[in-house]
Amino acid sequence: MLAPSEILSRLERLLPTVQKPGRYTGGELNQVVKDWDSVKTRVALVFPDIYDLGMSNLGLAILYDLLNQCPEVLAERAFSPWVDMETAMRSIGLPLFSLESKHPLIDFDIVGFSLPYETLYTNTLNALDLAGIPLFSSDRTAKDPLVIAGGHAAFNPEPMHAFIDAFVIGEGEEVIHEIVSVHQAWREQKVNREDLLHSLAGIQGVYVPAFYRAHYNSDGTFSRMERLWEGAANPVIKRIVAQLPPPLTRFIVPYIDTVHNRIPIEIMRGCTRGCRFCHAGMITRPVRERPMDEIVNAVEQAIAQTGFEEIGLLSLSSSDYTQVVDLVQTVNQRFVGRHLSISLPSLRIETVSVDLMDAVMDERRSGFTLAPEAATERMRRIINKPVSTEQLMETARAIFSRGWPTLKLYFMIGHPSETMEDVQAVADLCKAVLAEGRKVLGGRATVHAGVSTFVPKPHTPFQWVPSETIENIRAKQGLLKRQMHTPGLKLTWTPPEETLLEAWLSRGDRRMAQVIFAAWQRGARFDAWKDGFNYQAWMDAFTETGLDPAFYTHRQRLPFETFPWEHISTTLRKKFLFDDYLRSQREETLDDCRQGCFACGILPAFAGVRRQHPGDIWKCPDVSPRPQMKAQDLTKSEALG
Amino acid sequence: MRLRISFAKTDAMRYTSHLDLHKTWERTIRRTGLPLVYSQGFNPRPKLQLASALPLGFTSDSEVLDAWFAETDLSITQILEAMQKAAPPGLQIHNVTEIDSTKPPLQTQVRSAEYVITLLESVPNLEVCLESRLSDSSLPRQRRGKPYDLRPLIETLSLLLPDEQGRSRIAMRLSAREAATGRPEEVLAALGISPESTRIHRSHLIFDE
Repeated sequence: MLAPSEILSRLERLLPTVQKPGRYTGGELNQVVKDWDSVKTRVALVFPDIYDLGMSNLGLAILYDLLNQCPEVLAERAFSPWVDMETAMRSIGLPLFSLESKHPLIDFDIVGFSLPYETLYTNTLNALDLAGIPLFSSDRTAKDPLVIAGGHAAFNPEPMHAFIDAFVIGEGEEVIHEIVSVHQAWREQKVNREDLLHSLAGIQGVYVPAFYRAHYNSDGTFSRMERLWEGAANPVIKRIVAQLPPPLTRFIVPYIDTVHNRIPIEIMRGCTRGCRFCHAGMITRPVRERPMDEIVNAVEQAIAQTGFEEIGLLSLSSSDYTQVVDLVQTVNQRFVGRHLSISLPSLRIETVSVDLMDAVMDERRSGFTLAPEAATERMRRIINKPVSTEQLMETARAIFSRGWPTLKLYFMIGHPSETMEDVQAVADLCKAVLAEGRKVLGGRATVHAGVSTFVPKPHTPFQWVPSETIENIRAKQGLLKRQMHTPGLKLTWTPPEETLLEAWLSRGDRRMAQVIFAAWQRGARFDAWKDGFNYQAWMDAFTETGLDPAFYTHRQRLPFETFPWEHISTTLRKKFLFDDYLRSQREETLDDCRQGCFACGILPAFAGVRRQHPGDIWKCPDVSPRPQMKAQDLTKSEALG
Repeated sequence: MRLRISFAKTDAMRYTSHLDLHKTWERTIRRTGLPLVYSQGFNPRPKLQLASALPLGFTSDSEVLDAWFAETDLSITQILEAMQKAAPPGLQIHNVTEIDSTKPPLQTQVRSAEYVITLLESVPNLEVCLESRLSDSSLPRQRRGKPYDLRPLIETLSLLLPDEQGRSRIAMRLSAREAATGRPEEVLAALGISPESTRIHRSHLIFDE
């Protein structure tokens, strides 16, 4: 393989010829460069999309920091080259390299991919190929790097099972160190690759696909997962950290503009709202909050270390952070007049949110975002996001009257049992909101509706439902385009083909690996990009492998069907999810579970972890044995009724 | 307080665009904690003026920035040290001086710029080529579809001694006034040299006064 000095000199020639060369240089403020030979384990952290996106990924930044804090370990970054750079690299035989030391990826001990969403799969294959690492796990030898992956999409790892040696299920903060020490121990013994995989499979939360074989029924549905080695866990239970560690503050400061060029501080992990479509809300339980002081101090430190002008206080539902009002006031007092913009995304639809934003925004008041997700109260009950239309209108009025000229509203079409009337309601609601804005601000008021299409996700109450067909998506989008062609209204939507791809991959099984491979061979990559996505390559890949795309997307899955991802456990019981699915069909909602436990399953599974960290960090209510029994009985009777 | 900062832009920093360089400066100053002045109004901007945009990929050790600060107790030396400590890799701060706030904007004062071009591949008859271009009375060229004469924008053009690695080097001084800016890539093109096979370094900015 090429030496770093040779890579560097070839790179220097390429950089002036490609777009945004700053993506490929490394060397930014706060990057960590360690002596290659002085460490035992070298980890490449790869975000399989371009630098501009990957640098905004908080998970990767956290792992980079944690690994580099270990004296025996170094971690470096790599990203997908954009199409022009890939062509240039292939033409001169430049392999995928790390930004820090310019080592080729194949020289690393461990290559870890971040897979937050499914449309990065072909890019993952492409990155392996550019690195010269065998694509298929079964083709790798002890000389090749160990290829691991984690992130939200890894909760259904099956479509990528053939390409990844081991998946991390759940939170990576602790398990990454365990993987590194298993790798170190294995290296010292100089044994074969199989032994490494065995040791990895012994770590809680690590899934090694090679130790399982999938079986299917004659109708093509999944039948069961066979363990090929008795030491392999079934199910593989996700990892969580009992308490969130102090937030990262020493972020790398890019030389060029990136998607979220800001300080991201996670104020809380998990969500108690239980929106039925929401994958993140189901897989990141339980809710754990960071203490307020820790957050405020982290912001202060991060500003001193990075100088970023924007701070994102991140969580799945900021309004639910217990001390949110205090937090906002403290942040405001501490940082006022310092020309920072502070964002508090994912606020609930209520006027309190406007007060919060009013307090937190220092300057630059441009847009306010709300996510009603659906336009009728019936539909919002079905998805368990119960907000009254009156409440939404009242919030919109407050937003416009406090001076925000633009209101962004996020909706999804294609929810279960959605009718054209429900879609019409999106247009009507946006017009009504715009009319409110006009009353306050006149022609200055604008409404921007972002309408995506619902994709049923594994491990959620909607994992049984069929995706919307492409014809229906087109009809619904067509209605919106016709109805919302009005000055002051802006509509954006997701191309239906992109939605279908996400849907195939989200609930795919092991056979989808062949489709991904075939699509990649046909040139599919950058599937998450409008100008990259190649629908025909995917359709041809399905034809070649003899699989029916509709089988994965448009089939109503049976109540007792076994899913190909059931050996991966979020600890949420299938019965809890199914009962909640039945509840949605009855248009019944489920309250915020901070108020009362609905026995999703997380507490009994992690009772031991919680006991080790008593106190108020988990927002699950205390459950004594009896009320828990009661809750279960209640659920049962509901299911029967 | 208006401070004039002279600095170098090298290494990976050379791929930071003019716009992103503004941001780099804003962040560098925020890390120092020094009180940068912002414009008033709906969308406040830091009061920073760069003398002359440096094209992407060029290095330089002669860039100049004017920045406005609220009064501070720190001495100029302390400010310089704070900035040097906060600067990202590839941004080296040479010196800081206080200047009269009533002086005209920096961008309007630039007269010419000097460049040193290192050739990564050897070019035959380089010296002859340079002299022949200099003896031309006009060098008609097109940029973005607009014809113009490059020759009057070339103030000097000469061969330097080769660098330590024996690579040929060309020095040139080009006009850098508004609407009369000579571009080194254009001169290279007129010499029949592809800019991709060179390293372009801005060695000096010359101001009026």
